[in-house]
Parts: sequence; C-alpha cells; structure tokens
Amino acid sequence: MKDNREIGPIRVERLLLRGGRILDPSSNVDRLSDLLIVDGKIRKIGGEKFTQSDGILLDCKDKIIVPGLIDMHVHLREPGREDEETIASGCRAAMAGGFTAVCCMPNTHPVIDTRGQVEFIKERSEGFLVDVHPIAAVTVGQKGTELTEMGDEVAAGAVGFSDDGYPVQKAAILRRALEYAKTFGYPIIEHCEETSLSENGVMNEGFVSTTLGLRGIPSISEEIHVARDLLIADYTGGPLHIAHVSTKGSVHLIREAKKRGISVTAETCPHYLVLTEEAVREFDTNTKMKPPLRTEEDRKALWVGLKDGTIDVIASDHAPHAIEEKETEYDAAAFGIVGLETALGLMMTYALRKKVLTLPELVKKMAILPRKILNLPENRIQEGSLANLTIVDLNKKWTVDRTQFHSKSRNTPFDGWPLEGASFGVVNNNQLYYKF
Amino acid sequence: MQLRSRHLLGLEGVTNDEIGLILDTAVSFKKVLERPIPKVPTLRGKTVVNLFFEPSTRTRFSFELAEKRLSADSVNFSASTSSVLKGETLKDTVKNIEAMRIDFVVMRHSAAGSCYFVAQHVNAAVINAGDGAHEHPTQGLLDMMTLREKMTKLEGLKVVIVGDIEHSRVARSNIFGLKTMGAQVGICGPATLIPREVEQWGVTVFPHIEDALAEADVLNVLRIQLERQKGGLFPSLREYRSLYGITRERLDRLAKEITIMHPGPINRGVEIDSDVADGDYSVILNQVTNGVAVRMAVLYLLAGGRPKLKE
Repeated sequence: MKDNREIGPIRVERLLLRGGRILDPSSNVDRLSDLLIVDGKIRKIGGEKFTQSDGILLDCKDKIIVPGLIDMHVHLREPGREDEETIASGCRAAMAGGFTAVCCMPNTHPVIDTRGQVEFIKERSEGFLVDVHPIAAVTVGQKGTELTEMGDEVAAGAVGFSDDGYPVQKAAILRRALEYAKTFGYPIIEHCEETSLSENGVMNEGFVSTTLGLRGIPSISEEIHVARDLLIADYTGGPLHIAHVSTKGSVHLIREAKKRGISVTAETCPHYLVLTEEAVREFDTNTKMKPPLRTEEDRKALWVGLKDGTIDVIASDHAPHAIEEKETEYDAAAFGIVGLETALGLMMTYALRKKVLTLPELVKKMAILPRKILNLPENRIQEGSLANLTIVDLNKKWTVDRTQFHSKSRNTPFDGWPLEGASFGVVNNNQLYYKF
Repeated sequence: MQLRSRHLLGLEGVTNDEIGLILDTAVSFKKVLERPIPKVPTLRGKTVVNLFFEPSTRTRFSFELAEKRLSADSVNFSASTSSVLKGETLKDTVKNIEAMRIDFVVMRHSAAGSCYFVAQHVNAAVINAGDGAHEHPTQGLLDMMTLREKMTKLEGLKVVIVGDIEHSRVARSNIFGLKTMGAQVGICGPATLIPREVEQWGVTVFPHIEDALAEADVLNVLRIQLERQKGGLFPSLREYRSLYGITRERLDRLAKEITIMHPGPINRGVEIDSDVADGDYSVILNQVTNGVAVRMAVLYLLAGGRPKLKE
C-alpha cells in the first residue's frame, strides 16, 4: 500500500537484516538473529558487526523473516489488457503485498499457449525483484481441443498448465493432458466448473440468489468437475492441482482423494475464507467472481480443509478489471477481484489473529507448498542459499485503501477493511523493497 | 410518519407500518381518481423520468398516469434490451440523469439489482418498476391494496402464488410484502420453477395445485413464459396447463370461492382460463385501477409528503 512510505526496489550488494525473528519451517529454524546477505545470497545467519558504510542495514526488530511468499494464481493481463494490469504493475502489487514470486495465468490476449508467449512473459519480467513463473495453457487457445507444446513451454520457463477461466470440459482432453504433463512433473491446474450447470449464473445458488433474483451457480457445478478430475488423476497418476476451491463438497472430495493416495493438491483464496454469499446482498459487483462466494457452511469447511492439510495453498486469484467492467449491472459485470495487496493482510488477520493457523502453517501454504507443487527449487533460509525473503510485521494495523493500490485495478470488496498484519518488505534477486 | 428510505427499490425490509402508510395513502388517492377532475397539484414542478430498459405497457402507462394525475412533468426513455448488457448504457444514462436534475427515476430493467446501481449514483429518488427476477415493489403494493380492499385485512389471509416463482419479481415482492403484513403465503408450480431454499422465506411449497387450492383464499396466478419451456424447465405448455392451469373445472370442485389475481399480461388458456380471469371472483381489473393509486402514493411519499391528504 502506498499510504506507507516505501523504498525500492533497490539493488543491494551487502544487506544486513538486523534483529529479526527468522522463521523457516522447512529448515526447522525459528530464532532471533541477524541475517547478512551478500551478492544475493545468505552469507551468514548470526550476530554480525555491520555499519551503514558496509552496505544497507535494515532494522528488523519485531519483524519476522520468512521464505519469500509466492502467489501461484494471478492474472497479469499482459499481453492484451494492459489497461487493467501489466506484468510490471502486477509485480509491483505483488512486491507491496509481500510476494517475491507470482505465477501468471495464460488467459491473456493472445493466450499463453506457445513457447514464444512464455518467453515474452519471461523477457518482460526480467530483472524484477518479483519472479514471474508463467502458467501455459493446457489447450491451444484454451479452446479445449488440442494440447499445447508443453515440453517447449517448460523449456522456456512454464511451471504448470491451466485453461483457467475456460475449464477443460472434455474428460478425454484432461486425461491426455495429465498423462502428457506427468513427463515434465508440472501440474495441470484445473478451474473446476461444469459449465452446463453454471451457465449464466452470477452468484452462488442458494437462499441469497433466490432472494435477490440473481441467477445461481450451484455448488455441484464445481464439485462434479472436481470429482471427475480426481477420477482422471487417479486413473492417469498425473499431477492435478485444483484451483480456487470454494465448496464444502470439493473439500470433502479432495480430502478423500488424498487419503486414497491420488496425486492431487488444492488451493483456496482469502475471499472464500472471509466472505460469503451474504456479501452480494447490496449488488456490489466486487463480490462477483468465479467460483462465487459460497455459504457460511462452505466457508467453515474451507478453514477445516486448510487446517487439516486438504487445502495446500493460499492463492489470491488476483483478477484485475477495468472500472467500466465493474461499475455496471451485476449481471453484466466481469468476474474477479484483485488480491495481491490484500491476501497476506487478510490471512494474517483471519488465520493468525484468530489462531486458526500458526505462522509456520501459513508460511507453508503461502511459500513452501506452492513451490513444491510447481516443481520450483526449494527456498530455504540457510547460509549459502539465495536470499528470497519476505519480512512480515504481525502487529501492523492498517486499513485497505484501494486508491493506494500499486495494481492498475481497484476491484476489491475489501476497501476500508481494517486489517492486522502486513508485509514489511521483500528481498529477492539482489533487490530490496520495504516500507517505513 | 414518513418512509425511511428515499428510494423504493423493493419490499424486502420495508416495515409493516410503512406498507400500511403507502396503502392508506393510496386509498386516499383512489378517491382523487374518482373525482370529476382526477388531478392534484402535489408534484407540480417535479420531474420524473420513466426509464424503461425493458418493454412494458401497463406498468409504464400506470406510472405515467400516476405522474400526470399528480401534475409532475414526466419524460420517457426506452432503450432496447439488446444494448442493456453493454454496461456503458446504464452508467451513461445515470450521468445524464444527474446532469438533467431529475427528481424521480422510475426504472424497469432486465438485470436484478440494476436500480440499486442507479440509486447509488444519482441524487434522484429511484422507484423500482421491476428489476430482472428481483422485485417489482409497486406491483406487490397494488396487489396488497386490492386484497385489502376485497378481504378487509391482510393478516391471516392465505395467498398462494402459482407459476414461475424462480423468474418472477412479482412473486418476490408479493412474498416479502404479504409476509410482512402477516399473510400466509404459499407457492405452487413445477419444481424446476421453484427457487432453491425458498422455505427460508417462510412460505409453504405446494407441488400439487389441488393442495394449493384447498388451502388458498386467494390465488395470484403468474404469467408463464414460453421461453422457460424452450429453456427446458418444463416439457410443454400443454402439460403445464394440465398440471397447474387454473381452470373453471378445478375451481368448481371446491366448496369455496377463491379470489383470483394476475399481474398480467395474461396467457389465456395457459396459466388461466378466460372464464376464470373474467369471472366473478377475479379482481384483475381492480389491480389495474389500484396500480395508479398506489404509484401516486409512492411518488407522493417519496417526495416527502405527509400522509394527511386534503383537497
């Protein structure tokens, strides 16, 4: 958020993070210590003599240094809708929101469905503090018929495949995609929606849609697709990742599948954890997204699934939209909300403050597990490793002010929400960004 | 007493007292309409725009007449439905309304909640004349006025709404209004046209018309739209009529007479037979007459009028 004064990103050769609590669940580290970074690598964890003339000294007292967070589900809109977001503006939003990496979905114009398109994203994001890992389309043009050249896309830097926004409707295509993707070890990320059931729907089907007279999207539209995909994943052994889980039924299906040893992982988004269909009552179009906000029962089930490990990852599904696509009738409004700059604050407020998750658990879901799912190198806080870090301030009280977003879009239902906990800064690729 | 809101967007949340106030005021205005010169200067100098994004004959005429009887200046705006879902239309229209300093917006639109959007962006008072499948509050009010006229009071009255509840704004406004006024409300129709979790409204669902008829003092029969059949929600109009059509034969089997309402326009021979619609127990034309009085009352009260109405 720009309401804080901010510094960076700046290049740093020598950086000392002084007096922070270093927390890395995968290295079993949790201690108060200085952390010295030299040429982008962690040189030393431990007490260090350091003055400003030796480089940059950042006071991290009362802050917690964790492995850099990654948001594995964002829409950067470039190429095609640079009025809504660009790779650069999206990365600034990510950086401000506490992320050192994002995965961008391929539903751009044109679709990211060739090596050339993947290279375009990589080139456009070169030199940024935030790493951009492209997700390539499963099928050419996301049309659901022909597989893209996955091998070539992986060679160019793609870390997964998804027809997000245009769910793969044909079971045979998904089967082949899972079989083929297995070779590369990168997941097929499924937006689960049986479109014959969700057709024309704009919100969850239930009592609120009944009362508002808005067309409903039933929970079974998601669950039927999840169930089908799990069966195919079981049959093929292919790596399946279920995007933005929103219903109790989906949580149940995924939990059972994991018990049976099916290769599946899942994510949900902060908005499904803190909002329900009740938020739609005033017809605020910033409550319109796919899948839709569900019931209180669903919301509670998502927390249980998050806690017990059924849901591996928190992702924001950052979906920027132009003002005119949201300032309109509910039926006509675009689906989706921005999330990069609110995700961490919401999770700290609603998961940590309310003691549903511990900080190590949250770090796993926002930093460690996404990297594992995406087959990215482990990011550990240990001497000799690359310095890819997020510094968080658990006690920071702030209010969401969408006019201050770094994102080019403002479509959030959380404007004006008081939150507790935020990113203080990030370190990655020899660069530092922080707020003071 | 005055209305709490400066808009009338729906009957959900409108209190018993407020509905009572509107209906009482409408009764006074109905007397005005019976005078030799059925016109009062109440809204002289006020401007009303009738913003109809969806075709409508009777609601628009009824509002226009109400506005003229109150001496308001009214202008009409009709837009084709084809341009409705482009978004810009509504936002631009809103800006134009602001620029033209209009006092009242009477709005009909195919998208649920669209009048909320307008109400948030204009200084004018907004009256919902039907927004998608959401609400049609003045229809709900005129139905209640008609029932109160005929049956004296609404409390305890058993009203069954028959037909396509799912897509009906008339049904919603009737249910919200009647429940608030203490009536017992039932709904009846094919399960495919009954929305999910409708019981939470506190209504009784009758899958069979015979059970509904046995219960009802009043039937409010909704228009069945051919496009619903095309959308696969029921097999044929023929079967609809045989299962849910309100026929003389069905009514004759009962030991009582049931008051018949219909918001119009009527599909004669589909949801209701002509001899029922035009029969002795039909109040369909009273509904039309009361529509003007109710809309006068709403305009008057939203203009800040006090309920005492003297000549």
